[in-house]
Amino acid sequence: MNGFSYARWVGIMLKEFIQLKRDRLTFGMIIGIPVMQLLLFGFAINSDPKSLPTAVLSADHSSLARSILAGLRNSGYFRIVRELDSEAEADRLLGDGEVQFVVHIPENFARRVVRGERPALLIEADATDPSATANAVAALGGIGQTALAREFAGTLAPLAHAPDALDIRVHRRFNPEGVTQYNIVPGLLGVILTMTMVLMTGLAMTRERERGTFENLLATPALPIEVMTGKIVPYILIGLVQVSLVLLAAHFIFHVPMHGSLFAVYGVVLLFIAANLTLGITFSTLARNQLQAMQMTFFFFLPSILLSGFMFPFRGMPGWAQVIGNLLPLTHFLRLVRGILLKGSGAAELWPDVWPLGLFMLVVLGAGLKLYRRTLD
Amino acid sequence: MPDDDLVIDVQKLNKRFGDKHVVKDLSLSVRRGEIYGFLGPNGSGKTTSIRMLCGLLTPDSGSGTCLGLDVIRDTAAIKREVGYMTQRFSLWEDLNLRENLDFVARMYGMRERRRVVSEALESLGLAAREKQLAGALSGGWKQRLALAACMLHKPRLLLLDEPTAGVDPKARRDFWQAIHRLAADGISVLVSTHYMDEAERCHRLAYIAYGNLLASGTAESIIAEQKLSTWSVSGPGLAALAESLRGQPGVDLVTPFGSTLHVTGRDAQALAATAARHAQQAPQHWERIQPGLEDVFIALMEGVPQT
Repeated sequence: MNGFSYARWVGIMLKEFIQLKRDRLTFGMIIGIPVMQLLLFGFAINSDPKSLPTAVLSADHSSLARSILAGLRNSGYFRIVRELDSEAEADRLLGDGEVQFVVHIPENFARRVVRGERPALLIEADATDPSATANAVAALGGIGQTALAREFAGTLAPLAHAPDALDIRVHRRFNPEGVTQYNIVPGLLGVILTMTMVLMTGLAMTRERERGTFENLLATPALPIEVMTGKIVPYILIGLVQVSLVLLAAHFIFHVPMHGSLFAVYGVVLLFIAANLTLGITFSTLARNQLQAMQMTFFFFLPSILLSGFMFPFRGMPGWAQVIGNLLPLTHFLRLVRGILLKGSGAAELWPDVWPLGLFMLVVLGAGLKLYRRTLD
Repeated sequence: MPDDDLVIDVQKLNKRFGDKHVVKDLSLSVRRGEIYGFLGPNGSGKTTSIRMLCGLLTPDSGSGTCLGLDVIRDTAAIKREVGYMTQRFSLWEDLNLRENLDFVARMYGMRERRRVVSEALESLGLAAREKQLAGALSGGWKQRLALAACMLHKPRLLLLDEPTAGVDPKARRDFWQAIHRLAADGISVLVSTHYMDEAERCHRLAYIAYGNLLASGTAESIIAEQKLSTWSVSGPGLAALAESLRGQPGVDLVTPFGSTLHVTGRDAQALAATAARHAQQAPQHWERIQPGLEDVFIALMEGVPQT
């Protein structure tokens, strides 16, 4: 007889519960991942980013200009952080990614409005991530109307309601057509590298431990630094192949522009790969088996995707989430690679995101070497 | 100064894992060219002791030398001089035989790697199968490959942790012949085992249980030291007899040995009287025999009170 046995079934179920209880890390993940997702999706992620840093280059100090700036501020989308004196400075701030918008108010702005000359109010936007600016840009028309209505009462009232009293021009810098792929495809470079580099190296060392070959390795005179770095190199090559594939696809299929130097791209890619590999190796010294290494990778991957600015605009997140985001290598890599490809950034613009990557790598490497047990105890 | 003739000379090594005291005050000395057997029940601290000797584990306390090198300070140098064969097969199953040996040779920074590896494969009789993955080998061949791998860098001391577990008798015999050849060449061997026939092939032995070294010396001296008297009983109804013998005067241990029963005790006179009484009343045949290593070790393991 081979009927369904309730007793056997209960036995299997109980055994599963016992094993689950023993594997603390898995148990922690079962609880930890939903909590993390809840926090990240619930509080950190905001697809309608507000309070975007804005600089103003104003040649007109009329009350209309002030009114427009107040309108920008009151909309909640724009946070005016700087008053500028020159075009060059505006360019630099946009290139560095220090501000999202630069508002240009031309000379004699108010007077020309009154004359019905339809002066241009130029808004330059850093459109590398179209979704980060879309809502702010959409709000511009209303802001202009409100400012006009406030300023022009009485005899000038008809001006306030004229639909074309001023010409709001939005200049989408770095990604004029607002093509999402221009932002996503370079970002994918980072996501793919994070996933494969951390995971593969994480598995590389735990595999030795799981199969018992680690003891043999330890019994040889090999030093920890030799083992760790020696194991990393093959994956660096794999990473470079992945990057080349994505770059080729970016160029030939998605027609992503390439304003910066290819040399710089590979430079930051190498740094980013190195940072991820040291993390993977460190995970593998912590994990007792390959499953745990995979879980740790996932635990790191989730915030990397959500908080780095890959999926959701970085500036839309609350301060605490931006702090966490800034600790993640992917965040800096995305800025670097988007900067190089879309803005043509050079060394000076890149440096603010290069050193955090280097620092991350050094700290993690130090921790990894400390954790790597040369002896089995 | 360490005795020049001692390849292992350690005193009072201790190791704890959490609150488990795995090795207690272990003192060992192994002479050059000696095959030293390391015996004891499972979980008695043999593997931990061996790992402390080859620099894989740092002792919590104690001192001593291995090949004249300090077991606490000079672990890096010890690793270069010692060949360690792990209990579980620990070469890379997804590398082929040559790749495995080549890797090990590189780890020890050996010159003329290609030649050394080829010679090792040749002497193993595996030259024709060098492209085979190590994972595809049978247990006996895996063990021979592992021995070749830990001999590759010409160590002066071999530490073998249960090298013959799960290996067939023929392969075991070949293995021991190889060990004796190495010892004749002046290589010292510390080998842990559960097999009594293997223990008898060692020049000297140590027996540890629950972290304590209980006996050491040659097989003969260990047997003599324990002053046991053993009777072999043969005939019908041994199982029932075994039950009734327990607790009788002079009887400390009753152990079935194939078709006979070994009855062992420390009090030779009381045991002889019990034997005589049973021989008259019951159909079994009683014969006094020389206790073997196995009788002694089982007595040690069962904690027969020392007189």
